[in-house]
Amino acid sequence: MNLGDHLPLLAIILPLLAAPVCVLIGRAGAAWLIALTSSVLSLAAAAALLQGVVQERTVSYQLGGWAPPWGIELRVDLLGAYVLLIVCAMAAMVMAYARRSVIREVEAALIPAFYAALLLVFAGLAGITVTGDAFNLFVFLEISSLASYALISMGRDRRAVSAAFQYLVMGSIGATFILIGIGFLYLMTGTLNMQDLAQRLPAVSDTRTVRAGFAFLTVGIGLKLALFPLHLWLPNAYAYAPSVVSALLAATATKVAVYALLRFIIDVFGADFSLGDMPLNLLLILLGSLGILVASLVAVYQDNVKRMLAYSSVAQVGYMVLGIGLASAAGVSAAILHLFNHALMKGALFLALGAVAYQMGRVRLKDFAGLGRSMPWTMAAIVVSGLSLIGVPGTAGFISKWYLVLAILEQDLWPLAMLVLVGSILALLYMGRLVEAAYFQHPEKNTVVPREAPLSLLLPLWVLATANLYFGLFTDLNVGIAQQASSQLLEGRP
Amino acid sequence: MSNVSDLFNYWVVVFLMMAGFYVVIAQGNLIKKLIGLSLFQASVFIFYISLGFVEGGIAPILEEGVSNYANPLPHVLILTAIVVSVATTAVGLALAVRIHEAYGSIEEDDIQTLDLEADDPDEAPSDKPEDSPR
Amino acid sequence: MRDLFAVAMMFGIYSLLTAALFMDLDAADVAFTEAAVGAGVTTILLLSSLRLTGRWERRPKHSPLLPLLVVGVTGAALVYGTLDMPHLGDPQAPVHQHVAPHYIENAPQEMGIPNIVTAVLASYRGFDTLGETLVIFTAGLSVFLLLGSRAGGRPRPGKTAIGEQPVLRLVVKVLIPFILLFALYVQLHGEYGAGGGFQAGVIFATGMVLYDLVFGEGDARLVVPARWLPRLAAFGILVYGSVGLYALLHGRPFLDYTVLAEDPMVGRHLGILLVELGIGICVFAVVLSIFYALSGRRRQP
Repeated sequence: MNLGDHLPLLAIILPLLAAPVCVLIGRAGAAWLIALTSSVLSLAAAAALLQGVVQERTVSYQLGGWAPPWGIELRVDLLGAYVLLIVCAMAAMVMAYARRSVIREVEAALIPAFYAALLLVFAGLAGITVTGDAFNLFVFLEISSLASYALISMGRDRRAVSAAFQYLVMGSIGATFILIGIGFLYLMTGTLNMQDLAQRLPAVSDTRTVRAGFAFLTVGIGLKLALFPLHLWLPNAYAYAPSVVSALLAATATKVAVYALLRFIIDVFGADFSLGDMPLNLLLILLGSLGILVASLVAVYQDNVKRMLAYSSVAQVGYMVLGIGLASAAGVSAAILHLFNHALMKGALFLALGAVAYQMGRVRLKDFAGLGRSMPWTMAAIVVSGLSLIGVPGTAGFISKWYLVLAILEQDLWPLAMLVLVGSILALLYMGRLVEAAYFQHPEKNTVVPREAPLSLLLPLWVLATANLYFGLFTDLNVGIAQQASSQLLEGRP
Repeated sequence: MSNVSDLFNYWVVVFLMMAGFYVVIAQGNLIKKLIGLSLFQASVFIFYISLGFVEGGIAPILEEGVSNYANPLPHVLILTAIVVSVATTAVGLALAVRIHEAYGSIEEDDIQTLDLEADDPDEAPSDKPEDSPR
Repeated sequence: MRDLFAVAMMFGIYSLLTAALFMDLDAADVAFTEAAVGAGVTTILLLSSLRLTGRWERRPKHSPLLPLLVVGVTGAALVYGTLDMPHLGDPQAPVHQHVAPHYIENAPQEMGIPNIVTAVLASYRGFDTLGETLVIFTAGLSVFLLLGSRAGGRPRPGKTAIGEQPVLRLVVKVLIPFILLFALYVQLHGEYGAGGGFQAGVIFATGMVLYDLVFGEGDARLVVPARWLPRLAAFGILVYGSVGLYALLHGRPFLDYTVLAEDPMVGRHLGILLVELGIGICVFAVVLSIFYALSGRRRQP
């Protein structure tokens, strides 16, 4: 085997083992450098991997040299490589951005451990996207969840701690449900390998045990996904976490949960069972639509801008779930596409909020008054990614909405298309409030006028903001691969 | 359809799981919630281990002349899951300690009341970084 | 029950009973772990936290209807799921057909060790176990992030959490060498009997915890200073990780132990020993550091 054969492993093992190295070295600057280097290297591995998977076929890596199903297998198909690339790219951006923001927001003695935990969140999420083993997925899920509970609690507001606790309880219930689900599947098939499960499940799919296992897995993943109405943990967790943590989680965590949902319901159980025999398609459409409406409405009334965007994330999850619920190739590919584009916009928006927090110390709506003049670059990035969030033509957000509406109209579901439009109008409302404050309001008299954020924050921010424009105009990568991944997923494995 | 009495074992486990689950979602005291969570998870472990049980088998450590062993795979999975469970509990307890320091209480109701006060437009008390001692 | 101390003790008893049940279901390794972790570590951590957060719980005001409904629905779903399950202990169940017999048949030739649980844990599913060790490491890291810095407090040598207990001191003094020896035995004997790195790490840490409880804070911290522990845990992970990465140098997949020696079987045996050592170090360091973090913290007014 040469280096190229190890790519699926390298993408996850680099950040995984870089975490203890950060602790071992124990210096803030070095820890940042290690975190950044390992994320960039694993981004390179992920990019090479995606290229390989597009050209040739699904990659399998047998850990310990044991053939599946006896050993654990890493298995990367198009969907896996695509989501892995998103996760790695976002992690690399966040790490590049992190240095100064972390120095300002985290106590100096804790910084090396902070980076180690950040790497573990990233590595755990990346691990979920490459593993081919159901139980191994649970283990990676727990690594990333545990590290994120601690990271969220590092926020300066005391509500960060209670938000982290609430997330811990709900997240652990979710994980335990997933564990029960995997147990039921294992009970009926005797295997944990996903490929093997997919082959053996049809024979027993009419048993009540498999149906109950399916229900538990879906609810468990739904909790991690912040699927409406299981989203209660998310707004406070994102709102009070340190800036870089919010940005990393918002850009990757729910995306990976969507990935896990797709992997289980379509790949392992098969679309015919999940979205046909079981009424999950209707449920997903219903909950997705409710999520879009309710969460967007709540977002309009938030004064804390981070919490506003967190509610917006719940709404965006609604769009993805809606696409999956359509149970068509077009719907699933719209969901996968939105997963990519939403990572770009929320990544950029939360990084921009981090820049504002860096200068202002907080991100309430009224703190934005006058920022259009005092922090022009940061605010311009917010406007660009905000337009993308709304879905204005020329941005990545428009592309996802466009394909979602096309998929909806394919089935003549006019009311749902209207709903997507209403969602966009609501997004216009809440982003509009922010922009209005920044450009048309004057700051209160006695507040200090902030300066523009330093270049080390602006650069990664603008890379993401520009990506929102780029992928709105040149859609080969995001649309092309999303469609291929969706058809590969639905038509069985090559 | 199986005979009801054969499934009785599973139902006992289900009852234990639900007892734990109830404690997690119904109790207001954070530490009690964590205990409930551990109870819930420990009961799931019993379920898994009972999957691995084979009538007339012995523990999966090879011996001369024995061919009937319990299924080792659930055991391995649960060893991992026990570790995950205690790790979660430890982090949860540390969070509870921090919550007690920040709010002076570990009752969910008190914390919610204090948070709602802080949600008032001015957000005065929570803006100071000293507010949450580490 | 309003007294959380009693609730914690009940939980400890429940764990111990669970461990006994596991023994009855032929799961020796799991029983061992549940006894050490559920009944031991979890209870100690619970009690240490209760010391900081208060022993009494207030009477809740909520109506229990909604939680009861959720629990009822979940329970019904579980019972529904059990209806088509194979019976307990049925050797023909699918669970005993596919992957598991392969382990029982092939482990002796492929690994040369009799404890199949250890073989599966450290080799066939070695990657899961690396993940599990990382979960432990993450927990230690998280507790450090939460409680690690300022409020650590200086140790107070000679001052004990439970007061002067001459008899207990004597008993513990006699016991501790045996506990530590037993931990070493469990560590090195994992391939043959129940046990392994995880249990050994916990027992070793428990020995230190006992010492700390009876002889006073500070004494144990002189033997193993708190600031070493995160690095020790990181070192344990890296031992595991480097054994895995070593295979890459020889063109084999991660965690392939056959490259460690000429004879593949010897290599696998050696690999298992090494990764168990890594696990043991990491678990010991993390358990002890969590205990230090909780017990060293002063209750704030």
